[in-house]
This record gives sequence, C-alpha cells and structure tokens, in this order.
Amino acid sequence: MAGNTKDEILHDHNHDGIDRRGFLKCMAWAGTGAFCVMQGGVLKSFSMSRIAEMNPGEMKGELSFVQISDSHMGFNKPANQDVAATLKAAVDKISALSTPPEFLLHTGDISHLSKPEEFDGVEQILKSASAKDVFYVPGEHDVLNDDGQQYRERFAKNAQEGGWYSFDKKGVHFMGLVNVMNLKAGGLGTLGHEQLEWLEKDVKHLRSSTPIVVFAHIPLWTVYPDWGWGTEDSAQALAYLKKFGSVTVLNGHIHQTMQKVEGNVTFHTACSTAFPQPKPGEAPSPGPMKVPAEQLRSVLGITDVNYVRGQHALAVVDSSLA
Amino acid sequence: MRRSVFAASLVATAVMCLGGIAAEHKSFEASAQKKTASTAEVKIDNFSFGPAAITVSVGTTVTWINRDDIPHTVVSTDKVFKSKVLDTDERFSFTFTKPGEYPYFCSIHPKMTGKVVVQ
Repeated sequence: MAGNTKDEILHDHNHDGIDRRGFLKCMAWAGTGAFCVMQGGVLKSFSMSRIAEMNPGEMKGELSFVQISDSHMGFNKPANQDVAATLKAAVDKISALSTPPEFLLHTGDISHLSKPEEFDGVEQILKSASAKDVFYVPGEHDVLNDDGQQYRERFAKNAQEGGWYSFDKKGVHFMGLVNVMNLKAGGLGTLGHEQLEWLEKDVKHLRSSTPIVVFAHIPLWTVYPDWGWGTEDSAQALAYLKKFGSVTVLNGHIHQTMQKVEGNVTFHTACSTAFPQPKPGEAPSPGPMKVPAEQLRSVLGITDVNYVRGQHALAVVDSSLA
Repeated sequence: MRRSVFAASLVATAVMCLGGIAAEHKSFEASAQKKTASTAEVKIDNFSFGPAAITVSVGTTVTWINRDDIPHTVVSTDKVFKSKVLDTDERFSFTFTKPGEYPYFCSIHPKMTGKVVVQ
C-alpha cells in the first residue's frame, strides 16, 4: 500500500471488481496522481503514475517537505470511521519517500471538534513520521468554542499573537497564515487587517528572487464562493507578494486537489487524510462524501513538495494513500 | 414593555389555572399565552438552516438541531445568542423574549445564514 505510486496502472491488472472508468473519474476529481513542477513561474504537471519512470533528479532538490491536511481527528461518520488509520497511512507513505522530507506542513482541521484528545491523537501519530518538525496552521475545526486559544498554545507558541508566523528554510520564505477566525455572516475566510499589515512588513526586506511559500487552511483564491471556498481579503495579501518571482500558495479545507497558476503565483489545494468532499457545485452541500471503501484511500492523500534551489522550481507531488 | 408582557402572561397563566371558568373576554389572553409558550424548530441539514427564515411570537423557544455529518454553530449576528459547536444530532435552544429581527449564521461556515423574526 504505502509507496505504491501506480494506482492507475495497477488497476489494469487487478481483478478487484472496481469499475475502472468510475475509479479514474474519482481519481481525476481527487487530483491524486498529479506531479507538478514549477519552473520560473511555469507549472509542469505529471501523472503520479509516471513518477517511477521519471528521472529522480526531477524530484530531488535542496529542500523537500510534505504537506498534509484536514486530518479531522475525531470524525467517525460513514465517510470514514477510522481517520486515525488513514492519517497513519499518510505517515507511512511519507516514511517511504526516497528523499526524506525536511519537515511537514499541516494545513489545518487537525481535529474535528477542537478536543484535546483529538489534537493529542494527531501529534502522537505524526511523531512517527520521518520528519520531526511539523508546521501547522489552524482550520475552522481547530478553533471551536475558545477562539483558538488551545490551538495557539499547542501549535503556535512562537507565532505572532494571532497565530500567524513565518520562517526561512534554505532560502525559501514560508508564511503560515490564519484565515479561519472572526468569520462574518455570509462571508468567506478572512485574514484581517492586523495580519495583512504584518504580512506586508514581513516580506518587505526580502529580495524579489526569494521563493515564497504561503500556507493557510481556506484557499487564498476563490474556488467556489457559494460554499465559502475562498478568502475575502486574499487579494490584498497577494498584492504584497507581487514583487516576488515565485510564489506558491498551499491550502487545505476543500478535501480535494486543485491547482491554478496566476502570473507568478501557483495555487494548490491538498487532499484530506480523512474524507473527500464533492467537487464545487456537484452536490447540494460540501459535506463529507462517502465513497466505496476500496476507493477511500485513493482519494485521500499527502502532497510532497520539492524545491530546487537556484532554479526557482517547486515540485508539487500529490500522492494518494492507495 | 417586557414587564407588561410578563404581567399579561401571569394573568393568562392564572386564567388557565382556573380552567374554563374565565370570563369570555379573557379567552383571547389565554390563547395568546398558549402561543407565547410555544416552541419552534430549525433543522440544520446540507449546510443550511431550514427554514432559513422563521417567524415566531414573543416567548417562543427556538431549537436548532444539527442533522449534518459536520459540526455547525448558531451565532447571532448581533451577538444576542451564541451556541457552542453542535456535533451531529446536538441541539441548541434560545427563548426570544423581545420582538425584533434576529439574523444569525454558522460561525464555522459563514455562508450558512438564517433569520428569526419575533413578533
């Protein structure tokens, strides 16, 4: 299971009764099996099933990390009654990577109901990952009832008061943003004035050649406003990043893979390690999607990001758990 | 205003307690009391409040029930009421003692909005 990257090819030979066409359709919306390389602002996309055939050099860089998202620890509805197992499977998959990632990014909805035992569960499982450092941003499920106080005490000790922060790794500037607080009726995700001000100052001193990776829970581009899949004031944040030649935005929240390139910015959403959600507008609501058990792991996943220094390339690999 | 409603309620309650022996002209108040003690229900399903707008009389207790697989909240836009997070099948009730319009939303999924009109 872990380490298998040939989901689609395998399928030709499996006599497991899964309808191939249906399966591929499912794969397509989940976006699993997409390997993308951004070079000088141009995104190249490869099928995950081709990674085994690819030149390993294309996947290697001076910095690699893994993005996981939407663990929803504590969720136990029919869409996935064992979210701990699928998170463990993601961790196994990370450990099986030929190039161990330097760290993990978790793009929020760590827990389902902000319960201490749910946060504990995720931290415990992630301890066995090959990468020891985990950088988090909160999802709306992590800040329930206490305005995120518990989240910040656990996961954002060294962050700004509001929970946002930045750090540098091998020449790449990372910014973990919070867009799930103080949401207004009828609105989308919000960064807020204070955070935007901080962001502007935070990048001011950086050279425009510095690659930027922004990560936050709710997409920073408008995926589907009817379901709240966007951030009200993300345009302002992106305006502050205009001068940079390479900006990558990593988000979670929508439990499926989507990519978009806009000028120098590549937007990317990751799958959930817990349960898939429908494509925008293709269901009455964005609630958990129940897929046949044998397909579940193919629609959950991790995103593996490689940065090749000097070439301004960020390779984004989305890998299913199947 | 509030006090007079309360007083009227007391009268109405007394009338009801006396049961049937109340004078004809008091029956209106008795039925008004019956109405004010009523309840209403709003179901949360498919990331929406149903009905999204509800009209009730003063004194009505509105109960929201979450029938979704995902937690939601019920938060008054004007900070009049605020539920804790409601997991599947959990409920939140609030009694409306003053007439007015009470818009509310789910603070986790703010696209979900609703309104209680109290008359």
